[in-house]
Amino acid sequence: MKALILFCNKPILLHQVEALVKAGVDHVVLAVSYMSELLEREMRVQEQRLGIRISLSHEKEPLGTAGPLALARDLLNDNSEPFFVLNSDVICDFPFKDLLQFHRNHGKEGTIVVTRVEEPSKYGVVVYEADSGRIHRFVEKPQVFVSNKINAGMYIFNPSMLKIFPVMAGEGQLYAMELQGFWMDIGQPKDFLTGMCMYLQSVRQHAPERLRTGPGFLGNVLVDPTAQIGENCTIGPNVTIGAGVVVEDGVRIKRCTVLKGSRVRSHSWLESCIVGWSSSVGQWVRMENVTLYLNGANVLPHKSINESVPEPRIIM
Amino acid sequence: MLQHHIEACAKVPNMKEILLIGFYQPNEELNRFLLNAQQEFKISIRYLQEYAALGTGGGIYHFRDQIVSGSPEAFFVLNADVCSAFPLTEMLSFQKEHGEPNSFVILGTTANRKQSMNYGCIVENEESNEVLHYVEKPSTFVSDIINCGIYLFNPDIFQHIGAVFQKNQQDMLLYPYDGEEPTNGWHRAEAIRLEQDIFTALAGQGKLYVYKTLSFWSQIKSAGSAIYASRLYLNQYHTTHPERLASNKEGGPKITGNVYIHPTANIDPTAVLGPNVSIGTGVTIGAGVRVRESIILHGANLQDHCCVLNSIVGWDSTIGKWARVEGTPSDPNPNDPYAKIDSETLFREGKLTPSITILGCNVTIPSEVIILNSIVLPHKDLNRGFKNQIIL
Repeated sequence: MKALILFCNKPILLHQVEALVKAGVDHVVLAVSYMSELLEREMRVQEQRLGIRISLSHEKEPLGTAGPLALARDLLNDNSEPFFVLNSDVICDFPFKDLLQFHRNHGKEGTIVVTRVEEPSKYGVVVYEADSGRIHRFVEKPQVFVSNKINAGMYIFNPSMLKIFPVMAGEGQLYAMELQGFWMDIGQPKDFLTGMCMYLQSVRQHAPERLRTGPGFLGNVLVDPTAQIGENCTIGPNVTIGAGVVVEDGVRIKRCTVLKGSRVRSHSWLESCIVGWSSSVGQWVRMENVTLYLNGANVLPHKSINESVPEPRIIM
Repeated sequence: MLQHHIEACAKVPNMKEILLIGFYQPNEELNRFLLNAQQEFKISIRYLQEYAALGTGGGIYHFRDQIVSGSPEAFFVLNADVCSAFPLTEMLSFQKEHGEPNSFVILGTTANRKQSMNYGCIVENEESNEVLHYVEKPSTFVSDIINCGIYLFNPDIFQHIGAVFQKNQQDMLLYPYDGEEPTNGWHRAEAIRLEQDIFTALAGQGKLYVYKTLSFWSQIKSAGSAIYASRLYLNQYHTTHPERLASNKEGGPKITGNVYIHPTANIDPTAVLGPNVSIGTGVTIGAGVRVRESIILHGANLQDHCCVLNSIVGWDSTIGKWARVEGTPSDPNPNDPYAKIDSETLFREGKLTPSITILGCNVTIPSEVIILNSIVLPHKDLNRGFKNQIIL
């Protein structure tokens, strides 16, 4: 359930939904490929909390990007209000109010949020007029450089559309709004940590009281109130510590996410890692790598790891 | 290392003196060591320097007058690069009971078939323990009894060595090297190998015997073997010098297994040491440090939370906070009682063979880095981590 993955101590889905609510949305439709009780229960809680409606639409087979739209068509209101569409793996500042405004201004059928990336050939590239934002065409994973703006996975459409994008582009009905600020596709673990750093920087600018400061804390560090940190630790910069995490004495953590319920035992050294739920990292362990991801694994003392461990395993 | 040899010699009743023979240039450190050793063991110890590397036999032959002066009944010859329980008194009793008068004794031990060919192989008469055949590092299997490099001789040995020396001299005259003056070959004549030249000839003549021991023995040729040897000696301390082994005390570091800590070392109580650790004089160990299977030489400084595994840390080196200094052990197979430590080559398939990490003297390792399977030469001030490298 990628959407429930905690990004800086909050499920991505929740980051997205909360931002939508702030922009005036009162009904959210989630297209899911797998119905789980956990998800349904969680959504009821959020409905209550945010005062909105959340519907779940079950996609029994993967239908690509257009699939959920067709399925959700029945659930969508027939009024003339535009609706947002979001890709669940995406995290950024979610400027939905700006997006709505931009969309109303140009008055056409749809707006896609684009973002600038360093390696555009990994994504779907968007070619559009710089001043107006009118889209000319899309190029999927181009081999030669075409543009460095890619589809950021967020859209707003008028209900009268529900056609396929490229057709709309041909008719001059699609516009692009360039995203300011950070953007990240958390499908790649490598980008997860980079995104986390950017998000924490954004927190420092908008809500610095949420960050943990004091002796032993360097740079931007987010610590859940239920986490415990031992003595003589040095945490940060760019660290997120989840709920119920225990960090013992003498630990050094840099550029990591420690997900909830995990325990990092004394004198260990971690850099650029994602420590999975309820994992335990032994004493005097050294862990460093960009895409390190432990999931329920037990790392025995005095180990040095630099590769991913996706399955529960004991590392000797 | 040598102190173990000296201590063993000093324990033999009626030991008159100890001579160290070598090709090294003596320096202040050596002289100080000799002085301290003399005071501690109350026996005369001298260093005799060879004028050229004379091989395993040439040195004792060259200094034969020194050795026989005072008419000793017998003398032991011990190679310095071995780690052993040194059963010298037992060898003496064995010689008196089993051997011909004035016979020589080689200390032997059992190796496994494959590894025996890396050493001197001894074929013995099982009843009389006489050496029937001796081959140095054969290319095919000969015997699983190997030469430990510890011998018991008497002055008669010099006749045999002298004979070899004469023969070498004649060979010089008959077959000089191109353009070489006969007098320059002198030291080549004097370069005599005990094993190939003397033992091979003496085998089967009723003069050479082997005393087999079951006590621990290992060659010390590589850095990896130093840590293995350290473990053997520390283990021996349980019976010979239990007071030298550290134990868990109130306000002291946590000790696991055999650990030696010099009284002048300063160790934080949250550190965890052992098994198989040796801490030298004046070493400082900070909070939350972990040391295992390592030798820390004097004056070294290990800062908070660092981790040292399978390494030798040189004199006066510093290891920064949260740094990790780690090597790969090359111990013999623990399931084979006769397995010996491998002398691996430095490189294998074009890459450095993973082995013990060694930091030379006055090396500084910065905080938070990892030094893995590497050799750092003295007086280096590193600024990043290294893996599988020799840092010059």
